[in-house]
Amino acid sequence: MATTAFLTDSTLCIGCKACEVACKEYNDVPADGYAFTGQSYDNTLQLGHSTWRHVAFVEMDTAFGVGGNSGEQLSWSFVSDVCKHCEHAGCLEACPTGSIVRTEFGSVYVQPDVCNGCGYCVVGCPFGVIDRRPTDGRAFKCTFCYDRQRDGEQPACAKACPTQSILFGEIEDLRAHAERRLETLRARGVDDAAFWDAGDTSVGGTHAMFIVRGDPEAYNLPQQVDVPTVYLEDGWKSAAAAALVAIAGTAAAFLARRRGHGGSTRSALQRISV
Amino acid sequence: MTTTYYDVPLLKPPVWTWEVPLYFFAGGAAGGAAIIGSIAEWTGANGHLARDARWIAAGGAPISAALLTADLGRPERFVNMLRVFKPQSPMSIGSWTLAAFSASTTGALVPALSKAAGTSSALTGAAMLTYTGVLIGATAIPVWHENIRLLPPHFAASGIASAAAILTLMGHDEPALNDVAMGAAAAETVIGAFVETRSTPAMAPLREGPSGWMIRAGGVLSGPVPLLMRATSKKPTWRKAASVAALAGSLLTRLGWIAAGRVSAKMKG
Repeated sequence: MATTAFLTDSTLCIGCKACEVACKEYNDVPADGYAFTGQSYDNTLQLGHSTWRHVAFVEMDTAFGVGGNSGEQLSWSFVSDVCKHCEHAGCLEACPTGSIVRTEFGSVYVQPDVCNGCGYCVVGCPFGVIDRRPTDGRAFKCTFCYDRQRDGEQPACAKACPTQSILFGEIEDLRAHAERRLETLRARGVDDAAFWDAGDTSVGGTHAMFIVRGDPEAYNLPQQVDVPTVYLEDGWKSAAAAALVAIAGTAAAFLARRRGHGGSTRSALQRISV
Repeated sequence: MTTTYYDVPLLKPPVWTWEVPLYFFAGGAAGGAAIIGSIAEWTGANGHLARDARWIAAGGAPISAALLTADLGRPERFVNMLRVFKPQSPMSIGSWTLAAFSASTTGALVPALSKAAGTSSALTGAAMLTYTGVLIGATAIPVWHENIRLLPPHFAASGIASAAAILTLMGHDEPALNDVAMGAAAAETVIGAFVETRSTPAMAPLREGPSGWMIRAGGVLSGPVPLLMRATSKKPTWRKAASVAALAGSLLTRLGWIAAGRVSAKMKG
């Protein structure tokens, strides 16, 4: 099976939110409120248990670029955010039931018939993507349209995107495409275009890659990020030492007092070794 | 802190409710009791103490399991926790630890099994004391992962202190038990001082706001208060009062750390 990926190119996004709608419709994701945020034209604001594609509306100072704006107006940048499908995925590593698995396409998939809603993946995700749905009890996130991919179809969001801002395909093809695209953009004077895939972090790269203008942090795409398994070694070493001290300390207290009451340390040690 | 998207926090806050910190408290006390019970028996201390400690451990295990199950989004699927064994998931290791601890502490009540099951309950009890620190430490939440080396000894001291406190309140007044309680209180005093003095941005929820006050109150009640009370008087009533303080401190500590995680998730941007 080919390893697949998304390449979401913000320089082509027109903010139509067709991807959000297509995802909701195809995957039968419930509504998550009608909040009016007042933040640009974005009333979704973030990914969550019931939002698997989210179009961000980033307002920037006027700058020459694709679709160049007039001087009086803000420069508007849109990008459709999605689960990153990490190479080293915090949610997958954390999942105690084996509900979250790596598919044959390289994506990260939550098996809804196994998840018991323990919530550990929620704090395991360094991108704040996966969440527990209160009305259901289980954790949900983008499935990378696993069922569609099995049938040789592209994910619903990519299919619905009218500008090819969301590209779906073989991961190496998309990487090569991204390089060519960045060259094209720079040749046109878009100097602030950047590629993001967290490839130089402990996450080890993502299956959802992005081309954005400006600082990726402004789109909640962090430059420095860690998969939480990197903390395990320190944690278990400390736990082993603490466990040892707890047992040894308690034993020392009881042995010392025992000796004080006439018993011999030797016979007590013999008991322990039994 | 850098620019974020309309100040929307990058991370999702923990979804855990009161059951999880209460489990940390109950599981820690049960784990500590298993260690005290087994060591009391090995060293031939007062048999009554060993027996009571084993009953606390055996009683704490099902309470722990019930609390964890209640926190699940799908409690009827709790058995899926034992569907796989994943060494890289502290939650998986914890589930198996709790299962083994429950079996061992129940077995330790049977006289014929008391030696083997007692040893096993002490070892799994030590894991119960400490793994919860790794559990919250190995996450994306800054205040937790920045303290991953502090959390296991912190929670171990808290658990041992709770177990000793419950035994004291049940009327046990053995000098060794008092020593164990004082040792745990001394450790909590040192850890509390460390938390108060180390100032990195990620540590802020441990000192500021409601979570900071919970951690601070928990630290004072777990550390200096019982330590001074036990050091200055041998009166059983003082030791019992020290035990009430230590139990309240342990509970507040667990609640405080989960609350701090919730604050920390909102800060990260």
